[in-house]
Amino acid sequence: MSPLLWIPGIPLAAAGLLLFIPGSFKVVLRAFTLAATAASALLALNLLPAFDAAPIGAGGYRFVQQIPWVPSLGISLQVGVDGVNLGLVVMGAIVAFAAACTSWEIRERTKEFYFLLLLMTGGILGAFVSLDVFFLYVFHELALVPTFIMIGVWGRGERRAEAAFQITMYLTLGALVALVGLIALYLQSGAQTFDLVRLTEHLKANPMPVVRQVFVFPWLMFGFGVLVSLWPFHTWAPLGYASAPTPTAMLHAGVLKKFGLYALLKVALPLMPDGAKAWLPLLAWLCLGNIVYCGWVAMRQKDLNLLIGNSSVAHVGFAFLGLVSGTLVGLTGAVVVMVTHGFLAALSFALSGWLHSQTQSLDMTRMGGLLKRLPFAGTVMVMAMFAGCGLPGFGNFVGEMMVLFGGWKSSLLICGGLASLKPFVAAAAWGALMIAAVYMLRAIRGIFHGPVAELWASASDPAGWWRRLPFVILLGSLLVIGVWPRILTDRIATAVRPVVEAMAQPKPAPSLATAAAAASNLR
Amino acid sequence: MNLTLLGPELVLVLGGLALLLVDLAVPAARRHLLGYATAGGVALLCLYFVANHGAGGAAARAFGGMFVLDGVASFFKAIFLLSGVVVLLLAADSSPRLGGGITEYYALVLFALAGMCLAASANDFSVMYVALELITVTFYVLTSFERSRAASLEAGVKYLILGALSSGFLVYGIALAFGASGTMSFDELAKHSPELASNRLFQLGVLMIFGGLSFKIAVFPFQVWAPDVYEGAPVPTTAFLAIGSKAAGVVLLVRLFGFAVPDLALHWEPLWMTVAGVSILYGSLCAIPQRGLRRLLGYSSIANGGFVMVALSTMSKAGSAAVLFYLAGYLFTVLAAFLVVGVLVHRVGKDDFSVLAGLHHRSPLLAAVLAASMISLAGVPPLAGFFGKFVVLRAVVEQGAASHAYFWLAAVAIVGVVISFWYYFGVIRAMYWGGDAPDLTPIPISPTLRGAMILCLGGILCLGVFPSAIWEAAVAAVAGLGI
Repeated sequence: MSPLLWIPGIPLAAAGLLLFIPGSFKVVLRAFTLAATAASALLALNLLPAFDAAPIGAGGYRFVQQIPWVPSLGISLQVGVDGVNLGLVVMGAIVAFAAACTSWEIRERTKEFYFLLLLMTGGILGAFVSLDVFFLYVFHELALVPTFIMIGVWGRGERRAEAAFQITMYLTLGALVALVGLIALYLQSGAQTFDLVRLTEHLKANPMPVVRQVFVFPWLMFGFGVLVSLWPFHTWAPLGYASAPTPTAMLHAGVLKKFGLYALLKVALPLMPDGAKAWLPLLAWLCLGNIVYCGWVAMRQKDLNLLIGNSSVAHVGFAFLGLVSGTLVGLTGAVVVMVTHGFLAALSFALSGWLHSQTQSLDMTRMGGLLKRLPFAGTVMVMAMFAGCGLPGFGNFVGEMMVLFGGWKSSLLICGGLASLKPFVAAAAWGALMIAAVYMLRAIRGIFHGPVAELWASASDPAGWWRRLPFVILLGSLLVIGVWPRILTDRIATAVRPVVEAMAQPKPAPSLATAAAAASNLR
Repeated sequence: MNLTLLGPELVLVLGGLALLLVDLAVPAARRHLLGYATAGGVALLCLYFVANHGAGGAAARAFGGMFVLDGVASFFKAIFLLSGVVVLLLAADSSPRLGGGITEYYALVLFALAGMCLAASANDFSVMYVALELITVTFYVLTSFERSRAASLEAGVKYLILGALSSGFLVYGIALAFGASGTMSFDELAKHSPELASNRLFQLGVLMIFGGLSFKIAVFPFQVWAPDVYEGAPVPTTAFLAIGSKAAGVVLLVRLFGFAVPDLALHWEPLWMTVAGVSILYGSLCAIPQRGLRRLLGYSSIANGGFVMVALSTMSKAGSAAVLFYLAGYLFTVLAAFLVVGVLVHRVGKDDFSVLAGLHHRSPLLAAVLAASMISLAGVPPLAGFFGKFVVLRAVVEQGAASHAYFWLAAVAIVGVVISFWYYFGVIRAMYWGGDAPDLTPIPISPTLRGAMILCLGGILCLGVFPSAIWEAAVAAVAGLGI
C-alpha cells in the first residue's frame, strides 16, 4: 500500500478512534493526537529520501495507488506525488505536528478539539496527495466544518462568531464556484474521468476549444482564488486568523490556504493553458492588489495577529505572480513560496498564540521590551519577521527571488500584443522590499525594543524543550530550505516543466474581448 | 393479472385494517407496543421488497397497464417504506403526547404509505389521482391529530384548505388533459406525446397537474403551507410530510414528464428553471430569521424541493438519477433531524434555539445527530447531502452545453447553498457555543429512537462515503425513461 494513503489515513483513523477515548483522559487524548500527527509527519519526511528511488508512474507521479470509488462517474481515490506536492505534503505534515504540539493552550472540551484537529489534518493532507480532482475537492472541504467549529468554540475575541461565519461562507462560495468549474472541465473535456493523470493526457492529445477554455478557466481562477484570499476576496483571512485558536490558524494559514494555489497549478493551468492566457493579465493585476494593497493595510495594524494575517495575504501574492509569469523559474519559485510561506505563517501564528496565552492581549502599542523578558520567543519572532521581509538565509528569500527573476523574463499577451511583466515585477519587489520591511521593522521596534512594558509582568518563555519544539521545527525548516533550496527546487522544476511547456505553445491566445465575442456567436 | 406486483400496497392496506381490529383487544396501556410491532412489520416488508425488487429489472404492468412496477417505482417504494419505519418508531415513542386513538395514527400512516407506494406505480391519471388523494386525506387527519392543541388543529386546517385547492387544480387539469387527448393511460399518452405537446388545451391541463403536484413537493408557487404545517403538526407527521409526501410528488412528476409526455417537458425548461430557482432563493432567504427548528426545516424543505426541481429541470437521465440519489440522501438526513426534533419536543417541550444551547452537554448523541444532519443538508463532504448536490450540479452543468440558462441556474443554486450555510451552521453554533444553557439535565432517549438515530447517522455517512451502490441503482432505475 502506498505510504501516501497512510499520511492522511492515520490522522483520519485516529480521529475515529479518538471518539472511543473518554473525555476525561486528557493526557491520553493529547498523547494520542501527538502520536498520530508525528507518525504522519515521519512518513511524509521519509518521502524525501525515498522519492528518487521510487518507480515513476503515469504522468510522472510516484507512490501512485488507485482505488475505484464511483466507476460510472469516473471517480476513483487515487494518490501520488511529484515535485510540486511532495514539498506541500511534507510541509503540511510537519505543520500539523507543530499545531498538535501547540494545542496545549486548549483547556476545555479537549476531546472535541483534538477530534476536529485530526479531521482537519487528514483532510488537508488528503487534498495534497489526491490525484483525483473530485477527491482533491472533497478532502479540502473536509476541513471546512472543523474550521468553523474551532473558531466558534475555542476562538478568541468578541468577533469570533462573525469571523467563523465569514470564513465559512466565503470559503464555501469559493469552493462551489470552483466545483462548477471542475464539473464543467470534466464534462467539456470529453474524457469522462476525474482522474487528473488521464485528464491531463486526454487534454494534451485533444485540447478543448479555446473559447470553452476561456469560459471555464475563470470559474477555477476565481473559485480557487477566493480560497487563497486573492485580492479583493481576501477580507475573510485577517479577521478569521485573528479569531482562530492557534493550531487552527497555523493549519489554515499555513497549509489549507495553499490548496487553491496548488489546484490552480495542478488543474487549471496545465489543462486549460489557452484559457489561462486570456485571464492571466487580470490575475497579474489582482496579485499586485495582494502584494501592495494588503501590505499597505498591514502597515496600519495595531493588533499583532491582524498584522500577521494581512502580511500572510500579501505573501501569497508572490505565489500568484509566479503562476502568472509562466516561466520555469517563476513557477518553481511559486511552489517554493507556497512551501516556505506555510512554515512561516504557522511559525508566526504559533508565536502570536504563545504571546496571547501569556498576556491575553496582542495590542502592539502596549508591547515593548519583549526581548528582555522572553529571550527565546523574542529571538524566534525576530527571525520570523526577517524571514517575512525576505532576508537571505530563509526559504522565503529563495522563493520570492525566483518569482521575481521568473517574472522579469516573462511577458503576457494583453490586447493581442505582448507586454512585459516587468512593471508588475518592479511593483511587487517594491511591495515586498519596502512595505514589508516597513511594517516588519516597525513591529520589531515596537515589540522587542524599548522599556519593558507592564504587559509582560507575568509572561514567561516557553519552558522545557517540548514547548519549544514546534518553534524550533518550523524555524529550522525555513533555514534548511534557505541554505539548501535544491532539496525542493530540482524536483519542482521537473514537475512544473510540462505546465510551462503547455503554456508556452505558440497557439492563438485570444484576448478576453475576442473570446467573449466568439462565445456569444456560439450561443 | 399479476396481483403479486401489488404486494406492498396490499400488505399495507390489510395491515392497517388488521391493526384497527387488533386495537379492540389490546388494553390502552399497551397500545404503544402496537406501534413498535407495526414499525417492525414495515421494516420486514421493506427488506423483503428490496431483496426481491431492489435490483430493478424490466417494467411489469398490472390492471391493464394502469399499474407499473419498474426501476423508478421500486426505488421510491424503498424510500417510502424506510421513511415509514422511522416515522412509526417516532410515533410509538411519542404516543403519550398524541393522545387517545393512537392505533388509528399507526393505521393512518400505513394507509398513507399504501397511497405513496401506489403513487410510485401509477401509470394512469385515475390511479395517480386516487393515490394522491389517499395520501392527502390521511394527512388531513395526521396533521391535526393532537386534537387538544390549537397549533395542530390550525396546521390541519391550513393543510386541508390548501390541499383541497391543489386537488382541485389536479382534477381539473386531469379533466382538461383527458379532454384533449382522450385517454387517461400514460402508455397511450407516451405514444402521442409529440403531437400532444403542441396542443394548447393539453398543455393547460398538464400545467394545472404540475401545480397540484408542486403543492406536494412544497415548491414555489405552492409552498406557503410548509412552514406553518411543519410547525403545528405532530412531529412524526411532519417527518412523514417532509420526506414521504415530498417524494410522492416527485415520483409522479418523474412518471408524468419522464415517461408520459417527455416532449412537453422539453418545451418547458423556463418554467422548471423558474420554479427551481425561486424555490431555492425563497426557502433559503426565509429560513434565515427562523428561531424554531421545525419552521427552519419547513423553509429548508422548500429550498430542497427547489434543488430537486433543478435536477428535474435538466430533463436528462443524469438529472433524474440525481433526483433519486438526492432524495435517498435527504431521507436519512431529514429523518435524523426530525428524530432529534421529536425528542426535544416531547422531552423538553419546545424546539426553538433556546433549548439547543448546551445540547451537547445534555445529550451528546442528539447534538451529534443534529449536527450531522445540518452539515449534510448544507452539502459538505463526506456526508450524503454533498454527493446529492454534486450529482445535481453535474447534471445541470452538463445541460449548460445545450442552453446557457443552466449556468445561471447553477449560479442560483450556489447562491442558495451559500445562504443556507448561514442558518444550518447557525443551528450548530446554537448547540456548541450558543450562550449559557439554562438547564443542564440530561435528556433521556429511548433505545429504539437511539437505534433509529444511529441508523440515520449511518445512512448519512454511508451514502456520502460509499455512494457507489445507490448511485448505480439510481442510474439503473431511470434507464427506461423516455427523455
